[in-house]
Amino acid sequence: MKRRQFLTTLGLAGAGLTLAPVLLRATQGEEAKAEHGQAEHSKTEHSKGKRWGMAIDTKKLTPEIMEKCIAACNRAHNIPHIPNKKEIKWVWMETFHHLFPGQMYDKHYSSFSEDKSLALCNHCEHPPCVRVCPTQATFKRDDGIVMMDFHRCIGCRYCMAACPFGSRSFNFYDPRKFLKTENPEFPTRTKGVVEKCLFCYERLDEGKLPYCVEVAEGAIYFGDLNDPNSEIRKVLAKRFALTRKPELGTVPCVYYLI
Amino acid sequence: MYDGGRILVGLAIFVAFFTFPFWYNLGNAAYQGPKLELPKEKNCVNTKQFMLEKHMQLLNEWRDEYVRKHVISYKNQLTGQKFKISLTKTCLKCHQKEKFCDKCHSSFAVQPYCWDCHVAPKGAK
Amino acid sequence: MLEKAIKGSKLYWGWVGLLLLGVLIGFCAYTVQMKEGLSITGMNRDVSWGFYIAQFTFLVGVAASAVMMVIPKYLHHYQVFARTLILGEFLAVAAVSMCLLFIIVDLGQPQRMLNIIFHPTPHSILFWDMIVLNGYLFLNILIGWVTLQAEHQGVNPPNWIKPFIYLSIPWAVSIHTVTAFLYCGLPGRHFWLTAILAPRFLASAFAAGPAFLILLCFLVKIFTKWDPGKEAIQSLAKIVAYNTIINLFFMSLEVFVALYSNIPGHILPLKYLFVGIEGHHAYVAWMWVSVLAGLAGFFLLLSPENRKSDNVLALACLLVFVGCWIDKALGMIVGGFTINPLEEITEYLPTKLELIISFGVYCAGFLILTILYKVAVGVKQEIEQKPV
Repeated sequence: MKRRQFLTTLGLAGAGLTLAPVLLRATQGEEAKAEHGQAEHSKTEHSKGKRWGMAIDTKKLTPEIMEKCIAACNRAHNIPHIPNKKEIKWVWMETFHHLFPGQMYDKHYSSFSEDKSLALCNHCEHPPCVRVCPTQATFKRDDGIVMMDFHRCIGCRYCMAACPFGSRSFNFYDPRKFLKTENPEFPTRTKGVVEKCLFCYERLDEGKLPYCVEVAEGAIYFGDLNDPNSEIRKVLAKRFALTRKPELGTVPCVYYLI
Repeated sequence: MYDGGRILVGLAIFVAFFTFPFWYNLGNAAYQGPKLELPKEKNCVNTKQFMLEKHMQLLNEWRDEYVRKHVISYKNQLTGQKFKISLTKTCLKCHQKEKFCDKCHSSFAVQPYCWDCHVAPKGAK
Repeated sequence: MLEKAIKGSKLYWGWVGLLLLGVLIGFCAYTVQMKEGLSITGMNRDVSWGFYIAQFTFLVGVAASAVMMVIPKYLHHYQVFARTLILGEFLAVAAVSMCLLFIIVDLGQPQRMLNIIFHPTPHSILFWDMIVLNGYLFLNILIGWVTLQAEHQGVNPPNWIKPFIYLSIPWAVSIHTVTAFLYCGLPGRHFWLTAILAPRFLASAFAAGPAFLILLCFLVKIFTKWDPGKEAIQSLAKIVAYNTIINLFFMSLEVFVALYSNIPGHILPLKYLFVGIEGHHAYVAWMWVSVLAGLAGFFLLLSPENRKSDNVLALACLLVFVGCWIDKALGMIVGGFTINPLEEITEYLPTKLELIISFGVYCAGFLILTILYKVAVGVKQEIEQKPV
């Protein structure tokens, strides 16, 4: 009986050690915060009640502008340049044929499907990636941004399987091996976590526009979809726009103005 | 004592291993704490004593507050001063990683994984 | 009863030693992965799940197959399976252990894996997969051990074990259904977005699992001189036969839907696997071998004379197992990822290090299986030698 008792105790101890932090966290909660300082639970004025959206004007976008957008994003966010299929892409150039598969099979009649536009995370209303993440490392913010918590991500890559748009990248390598310069204002991330475009949440907090919008020379509109008087709402009322794979019900918030 | 010889020898070896830190360092100078280079700015996020004891918990909380709850500022209850919740944009604006953070961490063999992702700005402050 | 695992012949210890060596080699390869990240694997931005998750998917099926004996034995009092049931339960333990190990080696940040428990997320299927897999592991260890212990002491199993046994029946179905749900609920992956994925997973599991169990029974008979029972093996063979043809039938249903509807999103993955696209045809030969092996195994198993002949039965089971393995552990995952959501093609092949780590996990699983089988067979032999 002694060996069995030992093994049982060991098993129970292991289970207890695993569950203890969960219980501790549940009971500790608010008291620890009251001790020192005070974190103000005020959302930044820049994001209150907002629903961020983007409209890409495919008529105004040129390959030169797109290169500038991608470069600005990559530089600011320490996105490594990896020369193989284990690459990291937050915003990149894609042909219409690949952006809208299933809508561009008339390749023989026009060259439109080979024209390029920008691909990025669509920050969907009903994101499948958020639905499947087992740790809530990716989650939807009140202002509509599908956010990443790099501290919590366990690198299971379920979100990458779930994304119907292929917007997510995984750090197969330590990204610092492929970074020529590091921007100290933004973390580099480490190997083993998933990442994607985050609508420059750090810029929005300061009342600024995302980097790609800033350098796009007016080809990209960005604003509050909840505000009927915003520039983006006005342009969406005037121009016909496509979203990617609408039949899947994810409701993307990135529009392509045709 | 049954097997007395072996027990006593084993016990002696154990005591020797256990007290190794003490007799190995006999005659060395007394321990001196790590020398940190303090920043010029005197108003830190909180008091020195608090930060010494709890900067780890504070950073953990800040991490979740900013990234997950989108809370952007932290108010020091004593001075009323507001700080932006950010390791890079608040802490590292005053403290230099190599001359401040690393001094204690190396001396106590602590390896926080923050630096795997967060970039410490280089150069003098 | 564990002491039966530490007394054995030179052959036993040699085998255990080999397996331990395999585990060590796999672990050394894993340390490289811990340092360099998953860059050492063949996975990439498009094919983000590869060999590891494919093995996990296949082994969940093998684990679930124990239920094919639990139902006849406990719900219908088919006592023939009384001798082999423990082998099925212990196979389930080894298989689920390998599943969990494969998931761990696949994680990018394995040291954070307890985050699934610290931050429970009921809307994520992976959360439920963790629960059902660990629950099934616990159930099988408990049921297997308690029933074996009771047999060892010559008494009936205690009554309190009965609810656990009955629970293990829907639980076994649930582990593979939840694993299928991982795939069939993803809106962007048309290869998997089908209601028949879960039934297909179950059919191929109930073909591959019992087939492997029959092979294990033959190995047990050869190496320990303990006979699990001809009738039990015959019943298992019939189960394998029916499930193989059901699995192949379900596959053909998928092919019909894809080809007759002519929808490119449905056709492309099947075309890549069975015909190849644009010069990418790494899996074509494998997939056809899988189908032919399954068919050959089925037709062999149809005839009762074949089933009664040990050699032919073993060959048929091997064919069925290999067919199911290729279908699930190679084709299934690769098929869903190779045509990416932008309809670009990125071929995936596992790297040597990836295969070595997988080999290490398989050795660990076989080690668990060996030790548990040594205990089970040891107990059975001991009680059968007792004078009446």
